[in-house]
Amino acid sequence: MLHTFSCALAAFAASLVEFVEALTIVLAVGAVRGWRGAIGGAAAALLVLGAVIGIFGPALTRIRLGAVHLVLGTLLLLFGMRWLRKAILRAAGVIPLNDEAASYARQTAALQDAGRAAVAWDKLALATAFKITMVEGIEVVFIVIAIGAGGPGLLLPASFGAAMALAVVILLGVALHRPVATIPENTLKFGVGVLLSAFGTFWVGEGMRLAWPGGDLSLALLVAGYLAAALGAVSLCRSRRRAGA
Amino acid sequence: MTTLKAILTELLGLFLDDGRLAGAILAWLVLGYLLLPRFGLPFGIGAFALFAGLVTILVESVLREASGRPG
Repeated sequence: MLHTFSCALAAFAASLVEFVEALTIVLAVGAVRGWRGAIGGAAAALLVLGAVIGIFGPALTRIRLGAVHLVLGTLLLLFGMRWLRKAILRAAGVIPLNDEAASYARQTAALQDAGRAAVAWDKLALATAFKITMVEGIEVVFIVIAIGAGGPGLLLPASFGAAMALAVVILLGVALHRPVATIPENTLKFGVGVLLSAFGTFWVGEGMRLAWPGGDLSLALLVAGYLAAALGAVSLCRSRRRAGA
Repeated sequence: MTTLKAILTELLGLFLDDGRLAGAILAWLVLGYLLLPRFGLPFGIGAFALFAGLVTILVESVLREASGRPG
């Protein structure tokens, strides 16, 4: 009984870490690009994962996680760096800041002109939320299978622990989505660019089998590193433009 | 055919905005994949090199854009 409980608890704790990582990106993407695409992407990834688990089950452990990290990390890096580049250029005044009120007015007018656009999905939000949920979800599957392989009958409590972690993270997301939405759009875009670049770099490194000091904790260092570099780049761009003016 | 082309163009646009930035990132990742694990670098140095290269590419890209645009 104690072994079953500790197995569920271990799966819960380990899965919680992975799901919180996914939630960070889904919340940020939802606040910037709209909740429909972000939630749709995350939900689609969970559905795909559920179907894959149902079909393949424990055979999934044969997947080379490194290859998954490398491919999805590269895509996330291309997304993230593109996003961060624009955010830096906006913050430095090289390209115009998106005026949120004007943008809202433009979008409302566009939606009134074309009713079909109102039901359109934001592809970027959909794809980003799908990828982050998929990668973290695959890691959770590995965690559940690894913990569940510790003895007979442990797969069920491990799955239960992971499911509880998912439920906690969904509740956390519901509670946090309003406060996140109050952050100014351009600040949020800067932050999303930093987060996506950091996650992308981490995964690519994992895919290349490079050692990250502190394991998952080095994600925080990568976020800090990208933030510092981006803020430094904003200052450099400003001074370069002042010198050129 | 036109629809397929439009979809592909839009899909590509999600990843590629500045072609030089995307090209440099991909080139650095391929180089890193091929070379970094082979050097037998001390713990953490390979990961740092990967990050440092990406930051350099990003900063070069924004500085190039800032210099090229009229103020």
